[in-house]
Amino acid sequence: MYHPRRLQKSTPYICASCTRRLASAPARISRNYALIRPASFLGSVQSRRSSIPPQLSSSTISPNLPSSTIPHLTCNAYSTATTSRGRLRVAIIGSGPAGFYTAHRLMNKNPDVVIDMYEQLPVPYGLVRFGVAPDHPEVKNCQDTFEEVAQSPRFSYIGNVRVGYDIELSKMAPHYNAILFSYGASEDNKLDIPGEDVPGVYSARSFVGWYNGLPQFQALKPQLQAGEQAVVIGQGNVALDVARILLTPVDSLRNTDITEHALQTLSESKIRSVRVVGRRGPIQAAFTVKEARELMHIPPVAFEPIDRSLYPSDIKKLPRIQRRIAEVLLKGTEAAVGHSPKSWALDFLKAPKSMHADAGHLSSITFTKQEFPLAINQDLAYLPFNPMAIVRPTDQETTLEASVAFRSVGYKSTPLPGFSDIGVPFDKWKGIIQNDLEGRVVIGRTHPISQESVYRHVSGLYCAGWAKRGPTGVIASTMHDAFVSADVITQDWVAGKPFLNQMAGENGSTGLGWEALKKGVDSRGVRPLSWADWKTIDMAERARGKSKGKEREKFASVEQMLKVLDA
Amino acid sequence: MQALRCSEGRIAVSRGASSSFGTFSRQASNWTAATSQVSKQRTLRVFPVLRLSNIITPNSQSWLQTRRQFSSTPASRHAHLDPPRSGEERRITFIDKDSHRTTFLVADGDNLLDIAQANDIEMEGACGGSCACSTCHVIVEDEAYYEKMAEPDDDENDMLDLAFGLTETSRLGCQVKMSKELDGLVVRLPSMTRNLQASDFVTKY
Repeated sequence: MYHPRRLQKSTPYICASCTRRLASAPARISRNYALIRPASFLGSVQSRRSSIPPQLSSSTISPNLPSSTIPHLTCNAYSTATTSRGRLRVAIIGSGPAGFYTAHRLMNKNPDVVIDMYEQLPVPYGLVRFGVAPDHPEVKNCQDTFEEVAQSPRFSYIGNVRVGYDIELSKMAPHYNAILFSYGASEDNKLDIPGEDVPGVYSARSFVGWYNGLPQFQALKPQLQAGEQAVVIGQGNVALDVARILLTPVDSLRNTDITEHALQTLSESKIRSVRVVGRRGPIQAAFTVKEARELMHIPPVAFEPIDRSLYPSDIKKLPRIQRRIAEVLLKGTEAAVGHSPKSWALDFLKAPKSMHADAGHLSSITFTKQEFPLAINQDLAYLPFNPMAIVRPTDQETTLEASVAFRSVGYKSTPLPGFSDIGVPFDKWKGIIQNDLEGRVVIGRTHPISQESVYRHVSGLYCAGWAKRGPTGVIASTMHDAFVSADVITQDWVAGKPFLNQMAGENGSTGLGWEALKKGVDSRGVRPLSWADWKTIDMAERARGKSKGKEREKFASVEQMLKVLDA
Repeated sequence: MQALRCSEGRIAVSRGASSSFGTFSRQASNWTAATSQVSKQRTLRVFPVLRLSNIITPNSQSWLQTRRQFSSTPASRHAHLDPPRSGEERRITFIDKDSHRTTFLVADGDNLLDIAQANDIEMEGACGGSCACSTCHVIVEDEAYYEKMAEPDDDENDMLDLAFGLTETSRLGCQVKMSKELDGLVVRLPSMTRNLQASDFVTKY
C-alpha cells in the first residue's frame, strides 16, 4: 500500500509533478482483479502460508459491477493511474541491454515502477560497450534508447557498485519489491584439454574485452608477433569477430572506438592467416551470415574454399538461414589464397585434443576428426544437413600449426555471492539462474506422489538476458527476452501476486531502495556513481576521441574513469 | 475520447495464469497479446460502435490525445515527419499484435519505422534504422504489395534471417519507404510470443 507521507519524505527519484500526482490521486483501482485467478499451483503454495493476507481482499471488486464502471476497469491498460499496490521498487542488477530493455519496457507499461539499476563498473551498457565489435557502430545505436530510459525521473543508475561484494543481496531485499538479475555471463567455457593454458592461448572473451577497453583485460598483451598463423576454436559470431579484427587493415579501424592500445598492438601483428575451427559442419555452425559476409569483403583477404561435400548437391533445399550462409561460403572471395597477403579459412569436423608449446609459446594444436554418425539409423541419413545434427569422434587426428589461438566456445554465467541467502537457485550445469523461461526465478522439486517436477516462483525475483537463457543471440533477441521479463513482472504486479518481503507481514518492502543502502556502501569506501557521473566520463571520452577522429577514446581503467570525476 | 482509446485495443486484462506452473513456456508471453476473448467481448458490449480503422493524420491533436501518455520516452525521440502535401497522401495501415488496425496518412519517402515511431506504434528500431538489427520487422499482408517493393538487399536479408516469425513477405520497416505504388499498404507487426518458441528455450526443464 502506498503512503503519501513516506513518498514525500524520502524519494528524490520521483519528480515534483509525479509526486504531486501520486500524492493527490486517491489509490484508484484500475483493473478488474476479480477476473484474475492465481495459477492453481501458486495458489496452493500461498494458501499454506498463513501469514500471507488473502490476495487482494481489500481491493477485489465484485464481479457484479454496474456497467458504467467497466470502462475504467478494462480499457485503461496504459493509464497513468497507479494500481492500488503503490510503488513497485525494482532493483536491476547489471546495465547491459537486458537490464536496460527490461527497464524500458517496465517504465512504459507499469506506472508504479521505480527502478534502481546497479552496475559494477563506473560505465554502463555492458556488452553493447564491451562486446559489440568496434567496426559495428550502428549496432550500438540502442544506446540512444538506454539514454532516454536513464533520463526518466523514475530511474536511478548506481555505477561502480558490485552487488554481492560491496552490498549484500540480503541487505538489498528488504528495500525492494522486486530484484531483476540481468548481469549476463561473466565467464567463458573452457576446452578442458592438455596445454590449454600455454602462452599464446587466449579466451576470445578476454581478447574482445581487451580491444574494446574492458578494464579487466587491459593487461592481456596478446602475442600477435609470434608467427603468422592464428587459430580460433569455435564458430560463433564472437569467433568471426576475432578473425575479422585480426585480418582487417588497421587503418580502417582507426576511426572506430577501438582502444589506442589495441590499435598499436594490431598494427604490429604478423598474423596473415586465421583458421576458424568447428566441431561440426557448416550447416550446424552458430555464426550468422552478416559476419561471414563481412569477412568475404575485406579487400586483401582471401577465403580458402570449403569442402563442397559438406553441403547437399542442391543447396536451395536448405532452410533459409543455412541456405544464405551456404551461398556466401560457396561463393567465397575473388582473391585466391596463394596470391593474397592474408587469408582465412573455416575448418569443420575437428575437435581440439591438445595444444603444444615450443620454446614456451604455442606452436601447434592437435584435433580429433569428427564424423556424422550416418550408419546408426537409416532414417537419419540426412543428418549432416540437419542444423541440429550431432557428431562423434573418429580415430583420426590432424595437427594445425598455430602461433596464437583463441578459445571461443561460449560464455557462462556464474552465481552472485549471496544467492542462497535470498533463495535464488542457480543451475550450474546450464550456467543460468533457474527460471520458468519467462523470467520468474523458480525453485523446483519433485512432487512426492506424481514424481513430476513442479516449480514455485520465488516471489519478487526475476531474471533477464544471458543470466536467464544462456549466452546466445543478438541484441534483438535480448530485447525480446527482456520485454518478456518486464511483462511478467507487470503481470504479477497487476495480478496481486506476492512480491519481496510479503511473507513477513503486510508491510512488505520499505520501498526505500538505494536511499536506504547508500550509507552502508559509502562506509565501505566504495564510491557509487550516478548517471550524471557517467555523462561526465562519457564527455571526457568523446573529447579524447575527437582529436583522433574517433567517436570516443575509452578509459582503460576504473581509476582513470574516477579521476575524470575529480578533475 | 475514452471510446477511441478503447477502439485501439489497449485493453489490459492479465491472462490470469490459469494453468499450472509447468506449462508457462507454452503460453503466450506477452500479456497484452494474450488478452482474452472475454475482455474483447466485454469491450464490444460497452462500446457498440467501434471505429477500428480510423484514418487520422499523424501528429494531429486528436491523435496525440488518444495515445497513452505515460511513457519513458520523451517526445523528442520520435521521428519528426512532415505532413503529406495535399493530394499526395499515402495510406499505410499497421495491424498490431492484438489485430487492431490503425491507418495513417503519410508523405512519400517516409519509412515505416519512422512512421511507427512518430505515431507511437510499438516498433523498437534498436539500431536507429541503420539496418543492423531485426527489431523493426514487419509482415506485408498483401503479396501484391510485397512484389511492388524493391527486392530486399543482402544487408536487409541478413537481418531478416534473425527476425522472429519470419515469413515470405517479411521486410524491415526501416528499409521500406512509402511511395505512390505503396499507397494502401497494410503491414502486420509480428507477434512477440514467437520468442518463447525459439530453440534457445526448448527443453530447459
